[in-house]
Amino acid sequence: VTPSEGARGGTGRQLEMESVLALRGLVLLRDSVEWEGRSLLKALIKKAALGGEQVHILGCEVSEEEFRAGFDSSINSRLVYYDLFRDPLNWAQTGEALPGGPLGALQAMCKRTDPGPVTVALDSLSWLLLRLPCAALCQALCAMSRQHACRGGGPAAEQLCVLGLLHRELHGPGPTGALSSLAQTEVTLGGTAGQASAHILCRRPRQRPTLKTLWFSVLPDLSLDLQGGPPLESQPHPDPHTPQVDPASHLTFNLHLSKREREAKDSLTLPFQFSSEKQQALLRPGPSPATSRIFYEPDAFDDLDPEDPDGDLDV
Amino acid sequence: MFPELNNLLNTTPDRAEQGKLTLLCDANTDGSFLVHHFLSFYLKANCKVCFVALIQSFSHYNIVGQKLGVSLTVARECGQLVFLEGLKSSVDVFFRAQAEPHPLQFLREANAENLQPLYEFVREALKPVDDGEAAWRCPVLLVDDLSVLLSLGMGAVAVLDFIHYCRATVCWERKGNIVALVHDSGDTEDEENNILLNGLSHQSHLILRAEGLPTGFCRDVHGQLRILWRTPSQPTTQRDRSLTYQYKIQDKSVSFFAKGMSPAVL
Repeated sequence: VTPSEGARGGTGRQLEMESVLALRGLVLLRDSVEWEGRSLLKALIKKAALGGEQVHILGCEVSEEEFRAGFDSSINSRLVYYDLFRDPLNWAQTGEALPGGPLGALQAMCKRTDPGPVTVALDSLSWLLLRLPCAALCQALCAMSRQHACRGGGPAAEQLCVLGLLHRELHGPGPTGALSSLAQTEVTLGGTAGQASAHILCRRPRQRPTLKTLWFSVLPDLSLDLQGGPPLESQPHPDPHTPQVDPASHLTFNLHLSKREREAKDSLTLPFQFSSEKQQALLRPGPSPATSRIFYEPDAFDDLDPEDPDGDLDV
Repeated sequence: MFPELNNLLNTTPDRAEQGKLTLLCDANTDGSFLVHHFLSFYLKANCKVCFVALIQSFSHYNIVGQKLGVSLTVARECGQLVFLEGLKSSVDVFFRAQAEPHPLQFLREANAENLQPLYEFVREALKPVDDGEAAWRCPVLLVDDLSVLLSLGMGAVAVLDFIHYCRATVCWERKGNIVALVHDSGDTEDEENNILLNGLSHQSHLILRAEGLPTGFCRDVHGQLRILWRTPSQPTTQRDRSLTYQYKIQDKSVSFFAKGMSPAVL
């Protein structure tokens, strides 16, 4: 591979990533216990922030400190964080909790976005889905895009991106299906042999759904590194330098035939093979006597009865 | 604590990590040996331990603890261990005046919606002592086990909320650890337990899963332990690590070996 080809491959992949990750509308990041999705969520947030978008984050599952770790200070200052981790259900009664509980916090987020490109990150949609009725959550998500469209010029489809982290194993087919029907893009995380993959299903209006697979890793500085393809299978290749061993060399019995033995074997006619020689031999009576005779000497104890030859059998 | 398990987890009482949630899970076998391990581990690590013990009596854990080199009686007396004995105190709930809060209050209420009293108990038990000098290393919450709360009528989301608040207080605010045991019945129809197990798995930094052998009971190999290290929010260059070992439980220790390498077979 010449260096120029490698570079072309790199930019080609970069362009591919740009087109695939031009995410708008509701994007579901479906992760699992083995392949977590929060680092990809943070990588997409970083990309949006570097692109000049406003970024609003509703943090439910991890502390704000833990979520902000990994972003550098310039990006951290652009992130607007709503903390639902410390006291989501207002048990502490300190008055610091976000009013209205989880649903109130979600609705409040909708109201506070300024016109222009916005990325909203929900960490996580699963947390909200377990505590809010599915219908209310879906309505709040729809309202978010509607309100954003009302506020500023341009259709919401181009302006608003909602990244929702969803843990696959937690929800039944009903709620998952409802969210899928609302989503423009579904990213399903998986992987093999230590390499993460993302299966991206895009549904654009008036276009056929497209399915693409990206192999990626998230670097410690939260940038996305795309790999070309799945990791090569680590097969045990036979070492070309080891001499081929003849398995029939050290046996206690002889598997080889000498030349004479081989010739004798090849010239042998099988008993049930009907060759033309055999046919002729059968048709022409041979010179040997046709009748054969049986010689029988009865024992002294045999009692032969010519009329009933089986009479001596004790049956 | 079992030294061999410490080696597998690459940890010692002196170097215990902080701010972590460890999930213990058992399927088709009894995973309580893991609970005894972590109880003695954190007592030896000089941590303040709040043990919500809903399954066995205090004397049971004490007897096993003594085999592992810790005395729960001494730890309780000197204030290192706060022990909620579920079996005994559940009876107290019914003989108290209703106005007094009790950690297991949900047993008495017909429509207990949440486990806030239990959370308040834990928060109070692990409150930092204002001595000026920290007596104990870090607070640790140990729960044996969470599945029984589902059997007692709480919903999976209520138990998840309880652990959420415990994580916020114990792991994040006070830089302590949580260790909780959840049973995996393997029953796909038990939705509540599956939600609890999967929900906690996504929040855990370490998952220890004890499984019975798929081939059945064996005298020399009692089960298989799967260890999964997770980083729920930080990207790592190496993907989450997973190891599997088989084990045999003896009187005072547990021996671990690679699959198929039981001393009885070699």
